[in-house]
Amino acid sequence: MRMGSGAGFSSDRLGPAVDLAEKAALDWLVFETIGERTLAFGHRDRQLNPERGYNPQLAARMRGVLGHCRANGTRVMTNMGVAHVEAAAEVVIQVARELGLKGLKVAAVLGDDVTDQMTDDTVLFDYDGRKISEVGRPLAGANVYLGIDAILPAMQTGADVVITGRVADPSLFLAPMVEQFGWATDDWQRLGQGTLVGHLMECGMQITGGYFADPGRKDVPRPADCGYPIAEIEENGQAVITKLDAAGGMVNIATVKEQMLYEVHDPTRYLTPDVTADFSRAQLTETEKDRVRVSHASGTERPRQLKVTVGFDGGLLGEGGVSYAGINAAARARLARDILVERFDRIDGMAGNYRIDLIGLNSLHATAGLDVPETADDVRVRVAMRSMDRVLIEMMLWEIEAMLCCGPAGGGGYRGQITPGVVTHSAMIDRDAVAPTVKVYEA
Amino acid sequence: MSTQSTRTVRLHEIAHARAGDKGNTSNISVWAYDPGDYLLIKEQLTAERIKAAFPDLIQGDVVRYELEHLHGLNFVLGEALEGGVNTSLGLDSHGKSWSFLVLGLEIELPEN
Repeated sequence: MRMGSGAGFSSDRLGPAVDLAEKAALDWLVFETIGERTLAFGHRDRQLNPERGYNPQLAARMRGVLGHCRANGTRVMTNMGVAHVEAAAEVVIQVARELGLKGLKVAAVLGDDVTDQMTDDTVLFDYDGRKISEVGRPLAGANVYLGIDAILPAMQTGADVVITGRVADPSLFLAPMVEQFGWATDDWQRLGQGTLVGHLMECGMQITGGYFADPGRKDVPRPADCGYPIAEIEENGQAVITKLDAAGGMVNIATVKEQMLYEVHDPTRYLTPDVTADFSRAQLTETEKDRVRVSHASGTERPRQLKVTVGFDGGLLGEGGVSYAGINAAARARLARDILVERFDRIDGMAGNYRIDLIGLNSLHATAGLDVPETADDVRVRVAMRSMDRVLIEMMLWEIEAMLCCGPAGGGGYRGQITPGVVTHSAMIDRDAVAPTVKVYEA
Repeated sequence: MSTQSTRTVRLHEIAHARAGDKGNTSNISVWAYDPGDYLLIKEQLTAERIKAAFPDLIQGDVVRYELEHLHGLNFVLGEALEGGVNTSLGLDSHGKSWSFLVLGLEIELPEN
């Protein structure tokens, strides 16, 4: 069977997905768009507007691919429902009607929202075992990672588009393999191998030359036009990862290796709702240019409990900055920072809660303890703070903007913004406390 | 110290790497370009060394996994993302650039 990736994250490109829908003769085109960050955004969006909460590019993506998918017999699998799966299903139906795709069937997988099952006593295992009541923030939403057992019934409705909220990323690929090849859902070896293939595919271009180029060391051909990956999968779960010949980018052992351990901890125990996958003995073989065969992954019994991402109201993130350039820029930026610190620390509630970076000297690696260059000719002072108090954030931004006239010489380029945020932690839930359902829609 | 003469290179010259995040945990996989360099990297790039190189950044433990047959190491850095992607006030809240911190470390190679 042939599966393609049409997105590996929320804001992934559309064009290469349309290319696959049109030219790759796929059985399934899979759009994976949820991360811890974008799930949080989904909850935030739905709080601001009860009709939203799904992936903002859902309609554009469906407009781009649904016609080709119908013409080529390709089915679509996606978690673009994010925090509002039913609204997302309605959007797909609406687009199908616009495109005249009469009879197009959408199956929505519901039940990942377990907000109602969270209690004050729910333990957050990633937060020193603290309880939800100890976080000190209002609960924004909680989503359990569903697996293939939730997706398969939706596929069995014969839906052209299966849309979900939070499911484990590799499960979006594994479920079609299980259906196609009739694997048992306790065939841990095949589920482990299929999970590796799903894991390799789930981040889209990260296996075809995206998130890879390092000029002079790892050069990528035509990096502006990398293609999304295609997996050609056999009954035993072995697969060849490849791309369209016409697309830029590349698939080789190095791109596959990097993706194989992306967001993986112990390679012998990659936990999903479906299997405890073992990537540690995987074999990668480059059979020809841009074709890598993946085999010998395995697995053991699936975990007994499921992971839940618990989102809390993160208040507001305020970010602002002002820049200094030319002779003595670093000294002027450092002076600006010192002035801001002196003034911020007089404001009630600010001391110890904000962060200042000097972009151009040591912004991304500020806490890594590296030697910081004395001088630079182009330095931006960047301030960030999270607070529930909008007035406090506005005061912070006002202070930064005031540096234009009140700070060191030659400061320019003030920008400031306030973004609502969600902070997330993780909990576990018993499988039998989760009851996924399917809702079918027809255009 | 060994009496054999050596030269110092940055890891970037002999290996590539990718960083990923889950909650407040970062993982960095490191892969030797030349299988012949794998054992040297494995010997010198220990979990203890990574932890000691970035003590303020990595608040938790560092665990290393080895994929001998693919010439790769996987480092799991606990409490290394300033709270995680939705909590950190840093610009790179995923820690995507952490891989290039590790690639900047020095490795002693025997002189050819």
